[in-house]
Amino acid sequence: MTTHEAVLHPPAIVAELKKNAITHVVWLPDSETNFMYQLLMAEDSLDLVPVCREGETMAIAAGLWVGGKKPIVLIQNTGIFESGDSIRGLGLDINQPLVMLIGYRGWTRRGVTTDSAARFIEHILHTWGINYYLIETDDDADRISIAIAEAERTQQPVGVLVGTEFGV
Amino acid sequence: MINNTDAVRLIDSKRADSVIVPTMNANNVGFGLPTVTTNQSLDLPLSGAMGKAANLGLGIALAQPERKVFVLDGDGSLLMNLGAMVTSANKAPTNFYHFLFNNGVYAVTGGQPIPGSEGSDWEGMAKAAGYAAVFSFDNLEDFANGIDEALSAAGPVFIHLAVEPQIENTPVQFRPRSPRTVKMAFTEVPAALGVGSD
Repeated sequence: MTTHEAVLHPPAIVAELKKNAITHVVWLPDSETNFMYQLLMAEDSLDLVPVCREGETMAIAAGLWVGGKKPIVLIQNTGIFESGDSIRGLGLDINQPLVMLIGYRGWTRRGVTTDSAARFIEHILHTWGINYYLIETDDDADRISIAIAEAERTQQPVGVLVGTEFGV
Repeated sequence: MINNTDAVRLIDSKRADSVIVPTMNANNVGFGLPTVTTNQSLDLPLSGAMGKAANLGLGIALAQPERKVFVLDGDGSLLMNLGAMVTSANKAPTNFYHFLFNNGVYAVTGGQPIPGSEGSDWEGMAKAAGYAAVFSFDNLEDFANGIDEALSAAGPVFIHLAVEPQIENTPVQFRPRSPRTVKMAFTEVPAALGVGSD
């Protein structure tokens, strides 16, 4: 029986962003990505764009994309619920290759998922026809590259659900 | 108050190679920017994500720091997303110019008054949000005389315009539409900016 649980560390995420030449991280902090903030701030190749509400992120990302940059969005699943009109109008409708890293608040692989934020998020993504990937450990981090490649190939938004809180 | 078409015509006359992000009345196909634009290839209209014009413009301003970006916002629109003022001021792009077309009503839905239309202090909100400079005009002559100073100030700049309401009552599906769709604009503007589409 193992006593060491694999976790997702912020450097694995940042390495994926750098590998894919991401220029901007448009984000609003959430509990699943709390440890990433200082790392992002210290990374010269990434420009952090903080927002007041999650629906802003898709619009800012759209502007950055129009202007020739390569942004990524980092928010919580609760923010996806707030962002419906932005995802529709400035993601799906304009064919933005938007990759959204989504903190999967409330999700668990064990027991019962009681948090409605977790219970609803995958249904919402399915409803919009947005494909998504789940990352839980450092070994899963390369799914970010897969999501970025898919978004660029399909010219459509793709989600990456961050299913485990980051380890420090 | 300023006539909507006069306002967009004056702004367009000062654009040079700026990108313009118009929404709502400023983007109306009968009396907005589409009727007077001199460089449609750099017009990026927003109609599909309510209240997000400032965010869209902010993204372009950050991506293209050598080029001015004019956002032509509506009062009802900005009220949907007031946090965008703080988001913009926080990143503080010096090339970001945020025009607010304040007509006091939801003009595209029949002219219902927006909340606080009698007492909201837009200049005060912009200053408090942290814009580097704030201007306000309630007649065309003053606007024409003051726009150069506003556009020569380092951004983010907020320019409040008291604009005459031009109300539409026709159901959306029966209104004239621009032959240039939003999707077309999102293809044409990157090309005009010299940005690859791959």
